[in-house]
Amino acid sequence: MSGWSKCIWGARAMLKIDNINLYYGAAQALRGVSLTAEPGKVTCVLGRNGVGKTSLLRAMVGQYPIASGAINFDGKDITALKPYERARRGIGFVPQGREIFPLLTVEENLKTGFGPLKREDRNIPNDVFSLFPVLETMLGRRGGDLSGGQQQQLAIGRALVMRPKLLLLDEPTEGIQPSIIKDIGRAISYLRNLGNIAIVLVEQYLDFACELGDSFAVMDRGAVKYACDRANLDPAEISRQMAL
Amino acid sequence: MVKARGDQEALALLTGLGDQPPLVTKAAASAVSSIQSNLAMWSMVQNAWYGLSLGSVLLLAAIGLAITFGVMGVINMAHGEMVMLGAYTTFVVQEVIRTRYPALFDYSLLIAVPLAFLVAGFIGVLIERTIIRFLYGRPLETLLATWGLSLVLQQAVRTAFGPTNREVGNPSWMSGAFELGQITITYNRLWILCFTLAVFAILLAMLRYTALGLEMRAVTQNRRMAASMGIATSRVDALTFGLGSGIAGIAGVALSQIDNVSPNLGQSYIIDSFMVVVFGGVGNLWGTLVGAFTLGIANKFLEPVAGAVLGKIAILVLIILFIQKRPRGLFALKGRAVEA
Amino acid sequence: MTPHILTRSLDRAATAFVLLVAAVGVLIPLSNLLLPQGSMFQVPTYLVALWGKYVCYAILALSIDLIWGYCGILSLGHGAFFALGGYAMGMYLMRQIGSRGVYGNPILPDFMVFLNWDKLPWYWYGFDKFAFAALMVLVVPGLLAFCFGWLAFRSRVTGVYLSIITQAMTYALLLAFFRNDFGFGGNNGLTDFKDILGFNVQAEGTRAALFLLSCLALIIAFLICRAIVSSKLGKVLIAVRDAESRTRFLGYRVESYKLFVFTLSACMAGVAGALYVPQVGIINPSEFAPANSIEAVIWVAVGGRGTLIGAALGAVVVNYAKTFFTSGPLAPYWLFMLGALFILVTLLLPKGIVGTFNSWWEPRRSTGIAADEASAAREDGISAAKMAE
Repeated sequence: MSGWSKCIWGARAMLKIDNINLYYGAAQALRGVSLTAEPGKVTCVLGRNGVGKTSLLRAMVGQYPIASGAINFDGKDITALKPYERARRGIGFVPQGREIFPLLTVEENLKTGFGPLKREDRNIPNDVFSLFPVLETMLGRRGGDLSGGQQQQLAIGRALVMRPKLLLLDEPTEGIQPSIIKDIGRAISYLRNLGNIAIVLVEQYLDFACELGDSFAVMDRGAVKYACDRANLDPAEISRQMAL
Repeated sequence: MVKARGDQEALALLTGLGDQPPLVTKAAASAVSSIQSNLAMWSMVQNAWYGLSLGSVLLLAAIGLAITFGVMGVINMAHGEMVMLGAYTTFVVQEVIRTRYPALFDYSLLIAVPLAFLVAGFIGVLIERTIIRFLYGRPLETLLATWGLSLVLQQAVRTAFGPTNREVGNPSWMSGAFELGQITITYNRLWILCFTLAVFAILLAMLRYTALGLEMRAVTQNRRMAASMGIATSRVDALTFGLGSGIAGIAGVALSQIDNVSPNLGQSYIIDSFMVVVFGGVGNLWGTLVGAFTLGIANKFLEPVAGAVLGKIAILVLIILFIQKRPRGLFALKGRAVEA
Repeated sequence: MTPHILTRSLDRAATAFVLLVAAVGVLIPLSNLLLPQGSMFQVPTYLVALWGKYVCYAILALSIDLIWGYCGILSLGHGAFFALGGYAMGMYLMRQIGSRGVYGNPILPDFMVFLNWDKLPWYWYGFDKFAFAALMVLVVPGLLAFCFGWLAFRSRVTGVYLSIITQAMTYALLLAFFRNDFGFGGNNGLTDFKDILGFNVQAEGTRAALFLLSCLALIIAFLICRAIVSSKLGKVLIAVRDAESRTRFLGYRVESYKLFVFTLSACMAGVAGALYVPQVGIINPSEFAPANSIEAVIWVAVGGRGTLIGAALGAVVVNYAKTFFTSGPLAPYWLFMLGALFILVTLLLPKGIVGTFNSWWEPRRSTGIAADEASAAREDGISAAKMAE
């Protein structure tokens, strides 16, 4: 029982986004985007700057209200839920820029993920420290004092503490040194291989995404304009689509 | 021999000696100077004690503000009125005890503390839910709205309890005084000092070690991310504001023991409280502690030199100048974390 | 095209306002002096003094709106500048009493005789001359504001911190002026005035003239503010209000701009105070009370922050309501109403009366293009804040 408690258990939950539109004032950021994320799979969203990748993720976690369309998660419509309610249903979020709580220690940052958990499950899963050993050595350090790479690992670890059913990662490789990118890639494939977590990875770093992804969606001007899955993956074609 | 007595009377005796043989005069002179330095030392101790006492009162009044202003960034001009509500809660508790259970009078404060916390805390939550939550991100508007609220609360209390001072008694364990060397320490001041430090310690522990404390700090530092971690931010806001208000209510219980309980009670503390928080450094409870005691002691050491009112003015001017020098206060948060 | 319509429409409103104030300034004294007592249209003398007071408050409100509405500096100590101007005028009026005081001392005011002072303190010298006193009405508040602002703006004390220390400033002055040995009459302040420039301050004619002068001062203050906010300088001020750091990085010396309007605003408040004192007949330390300064801010908020006409209007409306309610059977409820006003205006009417009217009227009038710049910018700020939440 306690062994189970210290795991990242996930659940076989599916995310379905159906034809969503999002506006910032008069500017339309998302145009009829549909996307599916399955458990045990990594769904990659690719595209240049400003095509709506981050807006899409922020719409999924509920930080930006969508104008129309539906978001369905684990068989239920979550379109109208507040961000914290979505988090409590098992959506873990690793935002762009990491958004570590700067004045909390590493340990406290991890503990912020306890909110959605039952009292007996409120612990930090062993996997977090085996995936990112550096966090264990820095538990007492303030989050804001970590380097960028360490913060990125902390951000992922923090989301894992919530035992997410769906993990959303927004450019986890941005500005990170290659060895840590490798660690992060290893972590993502480990989580995928657990089989119970659906992962959405937003990236600009094509090689990284191609290595991990099971299905791919390329965005341009707020819409998905090209999609494929691992079976018919052609990196050159994706690269061409992204460059257009 | 007279020197050993070392007090004011002995000094008078020695200086009044008049014509004596030279040896005696010389001995007397040395005794006089030693007594004088002794007295000066004790008057320093006395000032320091008064300063600590004043500092504890300032800290008590400011500590709730350190949470609402320092942690949440909400300017609550009605903070003083929360203190006042706490004092009136004490008054009501004592009235009930006097008429119904006179034997319990010595416990009246023990009953009043949790009640005052609940009354002020409840009203705090109410205020946050009905007014303040619509004004997040607009500090100047918050300031005006809460000022209006303070007028309403004052007038409400004036209507309910009358405009005059209300009698709040000291329980027996808070009355009286004892001598320590040459200074007199009153029990009520001593208890208030201890009480203040206890409240401070509990609050600090609460913020550091409880789940709610962690959530409060997370919400303060990054509201949006905290929500995405599953923290119900609006609930945390209401509770934080309630906590700050509740502590103000507790402060009111203590202040009812040394100050007049009137509808204007809160007004007299609000500026001082803000000074303490700003001087100590916003967002830092330890800064508030050091700020309160520094201001308290500085005030009491200036008083004999400059007089009570001028001393206070001097302190205000010094703080104004200090803020220009260090806008983030005495204990500004430092390091990479703040720049991020 | 659009800015042209905007300035023209604003000019029209501004002209109307100036004409209205001028008309009031002339008609009220005339009706008071010329029409027979008891006539339906005769304005009694006490009302002339009362409305004179409102006009002074309107000038104070304008001075606050200039810095708060257009430059984002919320001063909670503007009452101090108002009171200092008032004290400068009060000192002149005290010196004019001469030997007609209770103690009959030709030089020393009564309270100094009472305190057994044997000579005039140095800072009272020169106040027997009107020109000097009038100069001091501008110089004293201006100098204080300059020093205070120089220290505060240079070290980038902004937002609520500035509000709090301005409040501490007026509180310190309150404590100081309460002291007898400070030499300004202590608790009782300065009162029992007799003459101003040789005219009896109580006389109807003098009061009518003071009223006219107050209206004139309001018009001048309004025109100065208008000139500032519609100039290039005004654009910089609004930029400072909406994005101070960005304005600084664009190369503007933000603190110089702020210091200039802050000092100017303090001088305006001083003039308001100086006109106020002879009309109400007393100045005492309670004018320094922090509550007064905050109340003045709410006049601006009620009328419409960032609309000059609104500030003046708000001062008159709120004070009229105050007089109306505090003199009737509703007196105990006035503080409830004032408190509720603070809360409701900030929550429900953040643009104030005039601002709300403008944003309702403008789109109707000019096909939705000429919406008030200031209020649009404010709305952006609010929605951004909401989004951040």
